[in-house]
Amino acid sequence: MNLLVALPILLPLVTALVMLPFRERPGVQRGLGLGASLAQAAVAVALLSRVYAGGILTLQAGGWAAPFGITLVADLLSAVMVAATALIGLTTSIYSLGSIDREQERFFFHPLMQLLLVGINGAFLTGDLFNLYVWFEVMLISSFVLLALGGSPRQLEGSVKYVTINLLSSAIFLSAVGILYGVAGTLNMADLSARLPMIEQRDLLSVVAVLLLVTFGVKAAIFPLFFWLPASYHTPPVAVSAIFAGLLTKVGVYAIMRVFTTVFTGPESEAIFRILLWIAPLTMVVGVLGAAAQYDLRKLLSFHIVSQIGYMLFAIAIQSPLAIAGGLFYIVHNIVAKTSLFYISGIVRHKSGAFQLKKIGGLYSTEPLLAALFLVSALALAGIPPLSGFWAKLMVIRAGLESGHYFVTAAALAVSLLTLFSMTKIWNEAFWKDDPGVVSSTDEAHGNGRTALLYLPVVMLCGVIVFFGLSFEPVYELSARAAGQLLDVESYRNAVLGGGL
Amino acid sequence: MTLLLALITGLFYAAGIYLLLRRSLVKVIFGIMFLGHAANMLIFSTGRLTKGAPAFVPEGAQALVEPFADPLPQALILTAIVIGFGLQAFAIVLFRRSFEELGTDDVDAMRTTDRIDGGES
Amino acid sequence: MHSLILSTSSRYLLVLLQLFSVFLLLRGHNEPGGGFAGGLVAAAAYALYFIANGVEEARRVFRFEPLTVVVAGLGVALASTLPSILGGMEFMQSVWGNTGIPVIGKVGTPLLFDVGVYLLVLGITLKIVFSLAGEDEP
Repeated sequence: MNLLVALPILLPLVTALVMLPFRERPGVQRGLGLGASLAQAAVAVALLSRVYAGGILTLQAGGWAAPFGITLVADLLSAVMVAATALIGLTTSIYSLGSIDREQERFFFHPLMQLLLVGINGAFLTGDLFNLYVWFEVMLISSFVLLALGGSPRQLEGSVKYVTINLLSSAIFLSAVGILYGVAGTLNMADLSARLPMIEQRDLLSVVAVLLLVTFGVKAAIFPLFFWLPASYHTPPVAVSAIFAGLLTKVGVYAIMRVFTTVFTGPESEAIFRILLWIAPLTMVVGVLGAAAQYDLRKLLSFHIVSQIGYMLFAIAIQSPLAIAGGLFYIVHNIVAKTSLFYISGIVRHKSGAFQLKKIGGLYSTEPLLAALFLVSALALAGIPPLSGFWAKLMVIRAGLESGHYFVTAAALAVSLLTLFSMTKIWNEAFWKDDPGVVSSTDEAHGNGRTALLYLPVVMLCGVIVFFGLSFEPVYELSARAAGQLLDVESYRNAVLGGGL
Repeated sequence: MTLLLALITGLFYAAGIYLLLRRSLVKVIFGIMFLGHAANMLIFSTGRLTKGAPAFVPEGAQALVEPFADPLPQALILTAIVIGFGLQAFAIVLFRRSFEELGTDDVDAMRTTDRIDGGES
Repeated sequence: MHSLILSTSSRYLLVLLQLFSVFLLLRGHNEPGGGFAGGLVAAAAYALYFIANGVEEARRVFRFEPLTVVVAGLGVALASTLPSILGGMEFMQSVWGNTGIPVIGKVGTPLLFDVGVYLLVLGITLKIVFSLAGEDEP
């Protein structure tokens, strides 16, 4: 019995449940949230170390053997993603203590956050395509409510766009799952990977592959399906947009990675990778150019999310072990750096009163610690050594050169220069130039005075960034092993189906 | 019967996409509903239409004999209906709230969060 | 709009539909029905009552806060997994009692899970219906 595999899903679910009756007691909810996030981190570390030592773990719910039952699978890729989720969950629960106001807590902020984590962890751990759909929806419904939390007109407008495009993508996902079941007669990922090569209706499989790419592409905000992201991510409370920025798009990237390496192995996934080789540079370039035009801090960072997704797609499309390892490391690095930058944007807002870069300034002299933390995160995002982003980019670009994709690699290098330009812009405007004095220097609306609680999570994440950068060897080791395991579909299949059938 | 089901499914997809492309939020939500139903009917028809056949292995036999009913698509549809029900209900509440707050249900008028200078926060 | 016929009949229908919903819940394991269908029927009964008598009246008759029912339902459903965990079996494996109880039939964790689903569906549906009907928070 491997209950450990189900714990990352059960723990936040139970926490959310226990929290719900305490609507008028925010203190209890906060305490529960923090406690649960710490426990979640412990569970994630335990899961990661057990998978690292003992190979793929599976759980067959109800004792119904795969492919007939509901299967949860934790391989290294899933375990790493669960660990990253736990880290972001922990930092967000700390950050929210200092930034979420009473009114938002009354609208179930804390339980919704736990429910969001249920959906994300479920999506990472499931071994079944239909259950992936279900976990996506769990994640979506809580993200819908979180996005509209507070209900200002801008938020509602952003939510309308986010909700509509995601409902559309859900319908597409469901159609793809339906066709796939009609063709293959199973939806278990391991079983599918064994059966798909023998199926004669290749045309239908191509249709399914493209439909799945579109639906995951919407979630991951790839070119040309990313428009909803910069239109909505800058509207909710900072704690919410930080966890969205860090995790939600990466769930889409994870799904692309999982489905087109584990489930589809034949000509369909090769065709998808050929498409991705075009989409990847376009995503990078369009994202970074969009960011160059922006002067709203969170919007600028939102466009950078899109741009960074391009690197991950590039890594997935190359498919060599080095590229997959690099892509995985890139995902984790990006989750950490991006969330940190969004937290920082919240602190900037708290200290200077606005997200608009033109209206603020002078933070370098008043908040040197913030400036230092921003530099660490921003330079990591741009890929400056010795921070985590440098190694992540190095691996992806090296893999690109080795596989002969010179054009895309060149685009990746150019985009990384433009990213640095964007980060310099934020540095110049928010930190370096004098405060233009347009807005009052402090803003009571954001944050509730516990500033240390805003700084602590950023310090933690920057610590992780520096740690990744300085002790690259063990991190590389881990991601290389995860990549090896992901590409070895046979072992995945044996772990889930028990070698039989 | 299968042909009829295929035609209806196609009609639902067409109606859903057409409504989704309209500018009024009310029509958009109807479009989303139609798309959801279309996907459900698609799954239903992939389960192969069998009439009066059981989904169980007969007593004494070792395996299923044709024709047999496949219960899984119906389980999938039930789940999808439940989820779709929740999401659509939330979408309706959200669209109504945004109509009240923004004073319009025309999606072309909802451009502030896309504009560079818009979305002041 | 107030219809005397509807509001009178809804009072009797409320009881009848609830009985029917429990009937559906209990026969659900082997026959058409189950927690989801039962919960929907129960929620429909209150929705009918609300249409006939207004949302305030329906809230009063329902007595509970819908969200409390949701929590109870989720709690019961989660509790139904406990025997399998404590008994050292596979997660969510069903545990059945040895003897059946008259009327209800065989009792086991799947029934408990179904009761949880029933409460969950009832609570969520009513939450949606009430919040769409009244002008309160989403």
